[in-house]
Amino acid sequence: MPTTHELKSRIEAAIPGAEAEVVDLNGGGDHFQATVVADAFAGKSRLEQHRLIYDVFGDEVGGPIHALSITTRTST
Amino acid sequence: MSETETNPIRDAIQQAIDEHPVILFMKGTPEAPACGFSARTAGALQDLEAPFAAVDILPDPRIRQELSAISNWPTIPQLFVKGELVGGADIVAEMYASGELAQALGVEPPEDAGEAPAGEDVAPPPLSIENRLG
Repeated sequence: MPTTHELKSRIEAAIPGAEAEVVDLNGGGDHFQATVVADAFAGKSRLEQHRLIYDVFGDEVGGPIHALSITTRTST
Repeated sequence: MSETETNPIRDAIQQAIDEHPVILFMKGTPEAPACGFSARTAGALQDLEAPFAAVDILPDPRIRQELSAISNWPTIPQLFVKGELVGGADIVAEMYASGELAQALGVEPPEDAGEAPAGEDVAPPPLSIENRLG
């Protein structure tokens, strides 16, 4: 079962300079909310920003990660 | 392998996207959504009184599989406007709150939550944008 710590670490490892906060929405280990701040998002559309994060987890989204709610921001 | 042969489900999905200017793929129906994310997204469209087509992806798991292959987007719901993926529940909620969704749909922006509309025939807000917890 994925943990909030694991998701945070993987997002931050995959997106240079990213800072992620991950919350388990219902305590069940399968519905998560990630807030990610990264300069790598600059100049990208919301779709592209969210795809960067979905890409970290691939097929796990919809599988063990049943739902991943995303909020993205640049630091500036 | 039969990968290159006709794929009727994918073709039907693509055709639906092409034929409907606003189309929402969701779990359940706008009247009976089967997931909170789908409910919020359909609710945003209903709140803006934007006409939209809705497709329930639950009856056949291949619908979701083929939809995600077309859109390169892993989650449900998915909102398409004029053939383009707009986003999922989070993006639609952000765009609803900022007025961008109304703009994209060509309808009136939502009432500001701070302005209590007068009149007793005003329906209560059908959704709350509380996408960001914590």
